Amino acid sequence: MLSLNHYLALSALLFCIGIFGVLTRRNAIGILMSIELLFNAVNINFVAFAKFINPQAIVGQIFVIFVITIAAAEAAVGLAIIILIYRQHKGVEVDRVNIMKW
Amino acid sequence: MLPYSWLIPFFPLLSFVLIIFFTIKKPKLSSLVSIGAVSLSFIFSCIVLITVLNNPVTSEFKIDWLNLPGFKVEAGMLIDPLTSVMLVIVSMVSLLVQIYSVGYMAGDPRFSRYFSFLSLFTFSMLGLVLANNFFEIFIFWELVGLTSYLLIGFWFEKKSASDAGKKAFITTRTGDLAFLVGIFLLTTTVGTLNFQEAFHQVEAGAISPALLTLSAILIFGGAVGKSAQFPLHVWLPDAMEGPTPVSALIHAATMVAAGVYLVARLMTIYALSVPASLVVAMIGAFTAFLAASIALVQNDIKRVLAYSTISQLGYMIMVLGCAGYTAGTFHLMTHASFKALLFLGAGSVIHAMHTNDIWEMGGLYPKMKITAITFIIGSLSLAGIFPLSGFWSKDEILLVALHKSPIFMVVGVGVAFMTAFYMFRLCFVTFFGKPRDQHKFEHAHESPKVMTIPLIILAFLSIVAGWVGIPWLHKGYSSFVYFHEVHHLEPNFILMGFATLVALAGIWLAYLMYYKRSISTERLKQRFSFIYRVLYNKYYLDELYNAIIIRPLYKLTDFLFKKFDLGVIDWLVNAVGDFTVFLSWLKERFDTLIVDGAVNGLGYVIRGSGAGIRKVQTGQLQNYAFIIFFGIVLIIILKIF
Repeated sequence: MLSLNHYLALSALLFCIGIFGVLTRRNAIGILMSIELLFNAVNINFVAFAKFINPQAIVGQIFVIFVITIAAAEAAVGLAIIILIYRQHKGVEVDRVNIMKW
Repeated sequence: MLPYSWLIPFFPLLSFVLIIFFTIKKPKLSSLVSIGAVSLSFIFSCIVLITVLNNPVTSEFKIDWLNLPGFKVEAGMLIDPLTSVMLVIVSMVSLLVQIYSVGYMAGDPRFSRYFSFLSLFTFSMLGLVLANNFFEIFIFWELVGLTSYLLIGFWFEKKSASDAGKKAFITTRTGDLAFLVGIFLLTTTVGTLNFQEAFHQVEAGAISPALLTLSAILIFGGAVGKSAQFPLHVWLPDAMEGPTPVSALIHAATMVAAGVYLVARLMTIYALSVPASLVVAMIGAFTAFLAASIALVQNDIKRVLAYSTISQLGYMIMVLGCAGYTAGTFHLMTHASFKALLFLGAGSVIHAMHTNDIWEMGGLYPKMKITAITFIIGSLSLAGIFPLSGFWSKDEILLVALHKSPIFMVVGVGVAFMTAFYMFRLCFVTFFGKPRDQHKFEHAHESPKVMTIPLIILAFLSIVAGWVGIPWLHKGYSSFVYFHEVHHLEPNFILMGFATLVALAGIWLAYLMYYKRSISTERLKQRFSFIYRVLYNKYYLDELYNAIIIRPLYKLTDFLFKKFDLGVIDWLVNAVGDFTVFLSWLKERFDTLIVDGAVNGLGYVIRGSGAGIRKVQTGQLQNYAFIIFFGIVLIIILKIF
């Protein structure tokens, strides 16, 4: 039988993969995708806690719906920014976007 | 009308300001402004005199000027018969002299300034006359001294003139010091500066007789300085370096009478102190005699008149010391008119001849008839010949003197003899006989009308001014200006006749010596060569003062300069300078090494650290994200353990 800890372990694993992707990917789209992984790790946590702590209330599930919605919107904005970056820099490698540097 | 009397001194002050600030570049306008102002003062003075004549009471108008606990200074006016008479004398002589000056000073490069000074003088003198308290009278007293200085040294390019100005100022200041100390002594004892309040206090015995005498004598010191009494008389003859109209106005008719006025104003004090009034009388008598004897042998027309002025002032002071309030002020009035006349006449002669030495003149009568006649009228008046004004006032003085002590009367008669002699010596040598300097004589001419008209007016006054004091007159001068109560002296015909005879004898002697030349002056000079030399050198008083005061002072200052100034003060100044240089060197090192070092060091440190730290800002998003993540992990770890 799967316990809460299994879910949490999966979620932590997913979060670490996401963090790793965010910190190491050069490609902005890759980073965006890694961020989606982070969201999903959080979503798993929400659902797991909802199921194991208070199954009657569906607060966790509702929150997940919200997160997915916001993530979709965020992805739209993020992709729009990435397109603009691509036009500006002829590429989406984030290490080349360093105009903030002195 | 009386409350507006402050306008009388105000007009000349206004004229002074106007001339100095606006019309200094326009000589004609300046003189008009000045004369206009003094005319207004004269008219107002006459109105005041008439008002007081109709209602002879003492009125006082005052405002508080400075009100401190236990000490009050007022600004105010004290108007009594004496004041009203003085106002008219001062403003009238001032007016005539200013008109005369238009001719005398014509073409002078500092014409406007001259008139502004005259206005300032008139203002000060009128203020002095109106003053109602010691403080105010002292201020105007000093202002008068200042304008006297300015006018004596008016032609300051001449060293003798600027020296004379200094001498006058310093000498009178010596007397003023005593005056000031006397004021302090008196006013602190009676606790008020106001004349009338002080008089009441003194009469009530608020001050001990010894202190009263001391303060009275000290205050008299001021009068000694300003009225040129022995031993401070030496400045007045030198003051003749100023323009002649100035001599007439300041050093004959008005300012030098300020001392006489002061003694008269403070008569209450002198009347209560027998020793002080005795000192006053003796100084006056001695001065009258001393100055008259010097005048016998002087050769400078103005100097003779100057010594004559000193002598006449001595007369007035003497009679005031004998409690002759009426006689003293009466003589002040008549003297003002004929002495102003004589000076202006002398000015007219000097204007024509360009010399002061009577032995370069002579025979001027046909050329300068108006000047000569008015001058002779003035001389007759001064000599005291019936019925000119000098006769009446001199007679009054001799009468009072006789009343007090025959010694004073004898001195008075002796002085009258000498006065008659030296005045007619002057007249005969100047206007008659043969011209001695042909070249100068040919250029001589009568002065313009603007100068002769004041002469004629003054000559007229010299004749009639004394008539107000004719002893038989019922409502004469003596029942207008008096001290406490009318003091009507019975005319003494023997004295009158005797004095007139003595004066005529003086004129006769002068006639014999300088007109007929039946008595040889040369032989007299040789026989009495010692006396002649002493008199000619003014009793060597100037030399004496030089030796006992001025020379030692010079020596002292020289000594102090060499030893103290050079030795101590200069050394100190240099030491301070050196020390300052050393200090600033020290400070310079401190600045460059420590302050600059700190400032630069701070800069280096910041630049260095900035160069290091700026590398942190990579601009790489992922670096930042890594650090944020790492930090969170760190915080969590720290939180857990």
